[in-house]
Amino acid sequence: MIVFLLRRLLQSLAVMLAVALIAFTLFRFVGDPINGMVGQDATQAERDALRQNLGLNDSVVVQFGRFVGRTVRGEFGLSYQLARPVNQIILEKMPATLELSLVAGLIALLVGVALGVFTGLRPRAASSRFLLAVSLVGVSLPTFLIGILLILVFAVWLRWLPSYGRGTTEQFGWWTTGLLTIDGWRSLIMPAFTLALYPMTLIIRLVRAEMLEVLRTDYIRFARARGLTTRAIHFGHALKNTLVPVITVAGLQFGSVIAFAIITETVFQWPGMGLLFVQAVQNVDIPIMAAYLLVVSLIFVTINLIVDILYTVVDPRLRSTIQRPA
Amino acid sequence: MTPPVLSVRNLRVEFASRRGVLRAIDGVSFDIAKGEVLGVVGESGAGKSVTGLAVIGLIDPPGRISGGEIYLSGMRIDNLSPEELRRIRGKRIGMIFQDPLTSLNPLYRIGDQLVETLKTHTNLSESAARRRAIDLLAEVGIPAPEKRIDGYPHEFSGGMRQRVVIALAICAEPELIIADEPTTALDVSVQAQIIALIKRLGRDHGTAVMLVTHDMGVIAETSDRVAVMYSGRIAEIGPVRDVVQSPLHPYARGLMGAIPTLAGDAARLVQIPGSMPRLSAIPPGCSFNPRCPFAFERCRIERPEPIRQGTQAVACHLYDTAAKETAA
Amino acid sequence: MTEALVPHSAEPDAVSAHTGSATAHLFGRIVGSDIFYSFRRSRLTMVAAAITVLFFLLAILAPFLAVQNPFDPAQLQLMNSRISPLWTADGQSPFLLGTDEQGRDVFSAILYGLRISLTVGVLGVLLAGTLGISLGLIAGYFGGAVDGLIMRIADVQLTFPAILTALLINGVVKSVFGNRLDAMSTLAVLVFAIGLSFWVQYARTVRGSVMVEKNKDYVAAAQLIGLPAHVIMIRHVLPNTMGPILVIATINLALAIITEATLSFLGSGMPDTMPSLGTLIRIGNNYLFSGEWWVVAFPGFALAALILSINLLGDWLRDALNPKLR
Repeated sequence: MIVFLLRRLLQSLAVMLAVALIAFTLFRFVGDPINGMVGQDATQAERDALRQNLGLNDSVVVQFGRFVGRTVRGEFGLSYQLARPVNQIILEKMPATLELSLVAGLIALLVGVALGVFTGLRPRAASSRFLLAVSLVGVSLPTFLIGILLILVFAVWLRWLPSYGRGTTEQFGWWTTGLLTIDGWRSLIMPAFTLALYPMTLIIRLVRAEMLEVLRTDYIRFARARGLTTRAIHFGHALKNTLVPVITVAGLQFGSVIAFAIITETVFQWPGMGLLFVQAVQNVDIPIMAAYLLVVSLIFVTINLIVDILYTVVDPRLRSTIQRPA
Repeated sequence: MTPPVLSVRNLRVEFASRRGVLRAIDGVSFDIAKGEVLGVVGESGAGKSVTGLAVIGLIDPPGRISGGEIYLSGMRIDNLSPEELRRIRGKRIGMIFQDPLTSLNPLYRIGDQLVETLKTHTNLSESAARRRAIDLLAEVGIPAPEKRIDGYPHEFSGGMRQRVVIALAICAEPELIIADEPTTALDVSVQAQIIALIKRLGRDHGTAVMLVTHDMGVIAETSDRVAVMYSGRIAEIGPVRDVVQSPLHPYARGLMGAIPTLAGDAARLVQIPGSMPRLSAIPPGCSFNPRCPFAFERCRIERPEPIRQGTQAVACHLYDTAAKETAA
Repeated sequence: MTEALVPHSAEPDAVSAHTGSATAHLFGRIVGSDIFYSFRRSRLTMVAAAITVLFFLLAILAPFLAVQNPFDPAQLQLMNSRISPLWTADGQSPFLLGTDEQGRDVFSAILYGLRISLTVGVLGVLLAGTLGISLGLIAGYFGGAVDGLIMRIADVQLTFPAILTALLINGVVKSVFGNRLDAMSTLAVLVFAIGLSFWVQYARTVRGSVMVEKNKDYVAAAQLIGLPAHVIMIRHVLPNTMGPILVIATINLALAIITEATLSFLGSGMPDTMPSLGTLIRIGNNYLFSGEWWVVAFPGFALAALILSINLLGDWLRDALNPKLR
């Protein structure tokens, strides 16, 4: 178990190192790192001096090592566009993205599993067929179109909800939250739903397929032969077995939720990391692009590790096969 | 006189398919008395397992019981509501399936599965149910049950898992146990132990057992009576000793010829030519007639009904002496 | 009764038996095949296919169908700006779906936008397919370190959503060339970004089949008679993977179009001077609050209908080629 987790941890570190290499390449060869340090109006002499000071004339390997060192300390240099330390900017924008992604992820998971179980238990019912048809439409609509449609209906025509921003937020140290005010929640509803729709439809389809599969198994038949109540069989035995694959997909989907937040944040002008990244791409603000890449990768890798741990918690078979030394 | 534990009368089970209605069981009748073991034998597809599933009420759509009656200790159970049937399943009828490897939920501790079943059918408290579960595991021969109760199914061997499945089937002290090929998936060395266990439990608790298998050897070893099934009907039924030693139905004769005996020479192994018809193509008259060496005109037209012959009953026109006499 | 139970298996053979020329033979095989049978059975799939074909035709015939070339400034007249669709009170002929602020006919813009979207989508899928199939063949055939390297890269890339990869590649190219790319080069960059983002699935599928096929007798026989590796791969192994690849390609076409539209919507894709559907939606999004909903709604609807049709085709194709996956 511990060996397994250590191995996964090492793999994660390797992935992070690969991403760091990409970020470093971006930083060092695509953009001019000196710009990241001194801003646009430094003289050539100042630049050369800085180049020497920073060791940019050293070998690439040494520079990469130094880059990794700085990254671990959270130093990403200055934004070209905003001329402020990138780590400050990212830290400012992170709460907005995390709150949006978490709420969206929870909606996707809870509604997705509930509807998936519903359609799995009644595969022939008209309501199930209708839900599946809607889910195919949900998969087919690009995220930004759904956002625009929601804005058109609920903000422009009905004027029920605000169309952009986070609404009123409150400050706790460096963390700003919109979850404590009604205004904040009103602003959150549409972006969160937009972001949740795609992973939700995926989870519905997966849970439904797994549920149909599990209900055909011998242990479900035996559970029925033991006279257990339908509720215990469906929501105990069947659902628990269904959840094993759902955990992986949900975990991976949460990673993509954070990436897709880029689109949702742009549509709703949500002041998070995604919007920051889109602006950075448009303005060729390399330090912010590199930093975003690293932060998002770190989140992905962490989620993958958590999924691995959850796996072993849910499925006892994995626990013992892992315990045996490979 | 007390009614038999299980009494099946004219049972008919049909499956609706795209190609029309298929009749899997057609007019099956038999009784099982308290403490008696009835072996049900036949080739795969003969309707043995479907009969078991029909008794416990687990025929899933598109299949359904389309005729006949099933009585459990005198109470009719084939027309009960799903909820009433559920209360009977596991409490008054226990079921053991073929594959112990897949019969247990891999994500639940075996103790939890036992306690769950016990609490569904009895008023035992959590701790009492757990104590009872340990006793049950001990009774089915699991060593160190107080430790093993917290194990997961994958930590048990095939034979041990089947013991757990049996413990689950008997935990509410049912009147009837239906064992559907309980040893087929097991090693030969383990088979005998499981058979002995089922036999002992039936004797100790006075439970009636319906043992479904395609293995005549198992039947000969365990059963009091045997029913030989062929394409959804009972060809012959009677005490094991009589049916094995002097089978009446031509099909049963072929079947008994197919049991290798330790003493017997290989030449005595007979093979029945042809194979059992598919459900979609059951011939009219006696369904065995295309393979029967003694078939005559009547066998191709009229379906034989069971006829008493001493301790046995046989569905074959060859034994219809009354008809022969009137014809003569 | 038994007569009726026999399936009419003779039918397909009868169709193909009467065909003389090679094309007629092929036609006979297609019409008689199981796949075509399941196609005729599903009315929804036929509608989806019809819509997809219609979209391709509209794109190809755009110059003949459009009332104006919406990207030729000389043809635009400001007096025609902000006209609402034809069936509304203020509608004006010949502007079926209304006009935008610059007097651009929305219907014509959609036709030309469709051209760009489909071009990028099809080229992107072709590039991704070629890249993925080649890498998959190489990985599967040579195995060892080459296989390890390619598949590790695939694993790492798979943890990142394609949209993020595409956005990043786009940003890097932009930062190398600056913002002075013309429209055609931008199109090429988009195709490149999409190709690089979607190759993984092809590579995995092809590699899997190669691993299976590699050990079969006919490959050993081909090796024995001295056929070179690339001939065996392309002539014998590759055709066996065409079914799954077709399914992936169809679903990928929808994804590629979504990705292009998203990039363009985010401002990292096609420029306003040569807009795709995504660009049109971004432009139209600006008019959302001034009441000109048609400028965004119709391109959005066209995009959604196109993607939904392709997805339906992909779903059906997957089921038809592999009934077990249902």
